[in-house]
Parts: sequence; structure tokens; C-alpha cells
Amino acid sequence: MELLTSVFIAKAIIVGVVFAITLGVAAYSTYFERKIAAFMQDRVGPDRAGPFGILQPLADAVKMFMKEDFIPANSNKWLFIAGPCISMLTALMTSAVVPFGDTVTIDGVSFDLQGIDVNIGILWVFGIVSLGVYGIMIGGWASNNKFALLGAIRAASQNISYELAMGMAIITILMITGSLSTKEIVEVQQNGHWNIFYQPLGFIIFIICAFAECNRTPFDLPECETELIGGYHTEYSSMKLGFYLFAEYINMFISGAVMATLYFGGYDYPGIDFVTQQFGSNVASFVGVGALLGKSLAFVFVFMWVRWTIPRFRYDQLMNLGWTGLIPLAMYNVVITGLGILLGKPFMVSVAGLILLIAALFVYDQLTVKKKIA
Amino acid sequence: MKLSNKTKVLEQGEMTLAERLYLPAIVGGMATTLKHFFSKPVTIRYPEQKRYLGPVYRGQHILKRDEAGAERCTACGLCAVACPAEAISMVAEERKPGEEALYREEKYAKVYEINMLRCIFCGLCEEACPKQAIYLQHDKMVPVFHERDEVIWGKDKLVEKMDQRYLRDGWK
Repeated sequence: MELLTSVFIAKAIIVGVVFAITLGVAAYSTYFERKIAAFMQDRVGPDRAGPFGILQPLADAVKMFMKEDFIPANSNKWLFIAGPCISMLTALMTSAVVPFGDTVTIDGVSFDLQGIDVNIGILWVFGIVSLGVYGIMIGGWASNNKFALLGAIRAASQNISYELAMGMAIITILMITGSLSTKEIVEVQQNGHWNIFYQPLGFIIFIICAFAECNRTPFDLPECETELIGGYHTEYSSMKLGFYLFAEYINMFISGAVMATLYFGGYDYPGIDFVTQQFGSNVASFVGVGALLGKSLAFVFVFMWVRWTIPRFRYDQLMNLGWTGLIPLAMYNVVITGLGILLGKPFMVSVAGLILLIAALFVYDQLTVKKKIA
Repeated sequence: MKLSNKTKVLEQGEMTLAERLYLPAIVGGMATTLKHFFSKPVTIRYPEQKRYLGPVYRGQHILKRDEAGAERCTACGLCAVACPAEAISMVAEERKPGEEALYREEKYAKVYEINMLRCIFCGLCEEACPKQAIYLQHDKMVPVFHERDEVIWGKDKLVEKMDQRYLRDGWK
């Protein structure tokens, strides 16, 4: 009984800390998004609220709360309120299965630094991310506004299209690991055997799909200002809009954490044995948490970096890329990975597969494309 | 029509493989943005940092004194005539004996007023002045005012202070 209580308390603390970190990172993502955008455009960015503008998220939050909370007259009131709530809920739920660190032993009791280690871990992530589209869909539908509805439909079709390729990319990870549990996926990758080396193609597919799932540039068609005003959050104001925007940043952070877990060894870092020997396994675990957060934040930076570099896709290009580009590629990747496991040389085969793919594309290109008229 | 022979005819054939893959172009674009990420911002944070606007910038007016400290203005009215916005008005007065240290000429401006709402900072008063009495300072702007009675500037604000004399770049 006592053991149960202590485990319960430990889990409650972990959940609370993960929740706080997620919200904090999401809040400061808005600040760093603006800062990074500014630096990339040779500007300074927000620097008025506090030193270096560090209090800007606070000012933004105050502004959001002060705004009029407007509900359109002919909207479905309850669904209109439910939309941002579902977005926020699904965004926060994903982090439950991300293993933030190795086990920590306090007073002879071991805890995993993870919300919950379920044996369907990665399916959970996948399922919750799919649910996220309901938040957008319901919000867009309840607004009773053509543009909001169009944006929501775009978001739904885009998420569904890219989930297929994403699922295929994950399947190769499952083939290597033989488990759906995120904890086991990370443990297989310990000591530098990161999946990125065995799955470079899978990672490229996964990160492209992650961009689409988070509705980030270059796939932010649901909120394409030139065509759809604000997309699904056209009618939203005040903190409801804030929730939608916040959910996007949380999704970014969590998808960064998931990518680090699946492809970059999770909480693994070089020199983990040395730290364990010198300072004990608990310290090593906490450094591992730092490593995972660092990797996730690096991905958040990549998200922002891409956003301020690449313009938006056209809608047909988006669908074309998803269905005729990424899904066949993901299928090819599954075959190559299977071959690698069969031959017992996953690294060699993955590199060979990549080279073969580029060569095949080049030959196909030479055969089919008409030469430029000189 | 060939007018300048500068026309560039673009051949728009099919895209090459690299172009259709997008990825090389994306990597190139990201390299460009990363380069800018580490380059110095061009921003000048205005109220704290001020850019040098050059020696001929036309800012706040000043009525110069000569080397001995006597006012140069002789109230001839040429500046008022030259002013396209009719912002300048003055009242002339004859110099009394004993005031030679205050006014350089026999006549001086008892009242000299510029309406800062009318002034367009064209600098024609400066060009018209035969006595080099009025200048538009290159390093000082007219501060923002909020009240009606701050609009018309009299001699108290315009005449040069002896402890902070105005010196334009290039003057001795």
C-alpha cells in the first residue's frame, strides 16, 4: 500500500512537472518564434517588455485575457467553446507516454521519468494526434463561417493524408524495435545506436509529416491568410484564440520530443556511462532529461527555422506530395528496412537503399523529362 | 520589339530532378536564413539610439548670436517674406544707447515668433537671412508638444544660449 502511494505521488509529480515544462516551453516558443523570425530578417524583435523582451509572453497573455471574448450570434455556442478545449487537451495528452528520462531510484523505490509506460505507447501518440484534428474541425464548423469551415476541412484532409505516411514511417521503427512501447524504443537506441542512422529516409518522411500534422509552414494551409482570412480561427478571439495558438506550440514541442524519442535516442547522450560512474545513475538520468529537452528544443528551432524560410505550398501540391510522394517513399522504406533485418545489416542496407533510391530517381528523370529547349 | 536589347528570354522547360525534389532548394534557403540569423541586425532602436542625419538636416530653429554674444537678427523681415508657410512673425524695435552688447545692429527684433505647427522646415528662412541670424539646427529636432500654448515659439526658446552654442559641421 505504501509503495502504491509513493508511486502515485511520484507519478503525480512527474505529470505536474511535464505539464509545467510543456506550458512554459510553449509560452516561450511564442517569444522565441518572434525573436528567431526577427534575427532571420536582420531585425531585433520584441525587446521592450523586460530585459531583451523576456516578459513578452506575459504581456501577450495579459493582452489575450483583456480582449473581448466574442461568440458569433449564429454559431453553435457549446461546440464553439469545445473546439479550442479539445485542441488544448489533445496537445497536452500526447506527452503522457514520452519517456523523459531513465529510472530514478529514491529510497530503494525506482520510478520511470515518464507519465505512463504503456505497451501501446507510440499508438497512443498516433491516436491522440489524430484526435487533435477534431478540435480544429469542431471549431471551424461551429464558427458558422465559410472561411473557418474551409480551413477546418483543409486541416482535416491534410492531417489524414499525412498520417498515412507518418504511420508507415513509424512501422519501420516498430520493425527494428519489435515493440510499441516508447520506453523500449528508447532503450534499444542506447549507447549511440540512434535510429536516425538506420532510418534516414524514415526520419525525413516523419519530419515532413510532423510539419503537416502541426499545421506549420510550409503546410499551414488551414490558416492561409491570403485565401482564408484566418482559417479555422477566423471567428475566435481572446483566450480561445490563445488556446488554439498555444496548442500549436505545444504540438511543436511534443512532436520534437517524439522525434527525439523515435529517431535520436530519447534521453541517450554521449558519455552516459562516464556520468553514471562518476555521479551515480540518478544524476545520469536527470542529465538525460536535459538531453531529451535539448533535442526537443532543437527540433522546435528547426520548426521555426523552416517557417521563416519556406513559403506555403499550394493545396494541390500539398496533396500531391503527401499521396504520390511520401506514401510510396514510406512503402519503399518499409521494404528496405525489412531487407536490412533479414540480411542482418540494417545500417549498410539503409544507406544502400538511399543510394539506390536516388539513382533510380535520376535514371527515371533522365528517361522521362523532356530536355530544356536550347 | 527590341528597344534596349536587355530583354532576357526565359526558357521554361520541365523542372530538373533536383528542382522537383524541393529538398536542395529548401536546404539552400535554410542556409541563407541561418546566415542572416547570425548577422548583425540593422535596427536602430530609435528613442535610445539616434542616427546621424548629416550636416544639412533641417531641425529646430535657432537665432544666432555673434562672437561677442550680441543677437545678429536685425528684424529685416526677409525670413518672414521667404517663408512659404507664413510661420514667422516679428516686431522690430530701435536699439537704445547702452544696448550695443545685446544687439549687433541698430534695429533688432523685439518679438520674434515661429509657429511650429505652420513651419514646414523647408529652410528658406535660413537662405533668405542676410545676417546669418536664423539657422535650422542639424542635430536637434523640435520636441513633441501637446498643448496649444506650446505651439508658438518666442525669443525665449529661439535665441541661442551662450553656454551651449550651435556649431554646424564644417564651421570653425
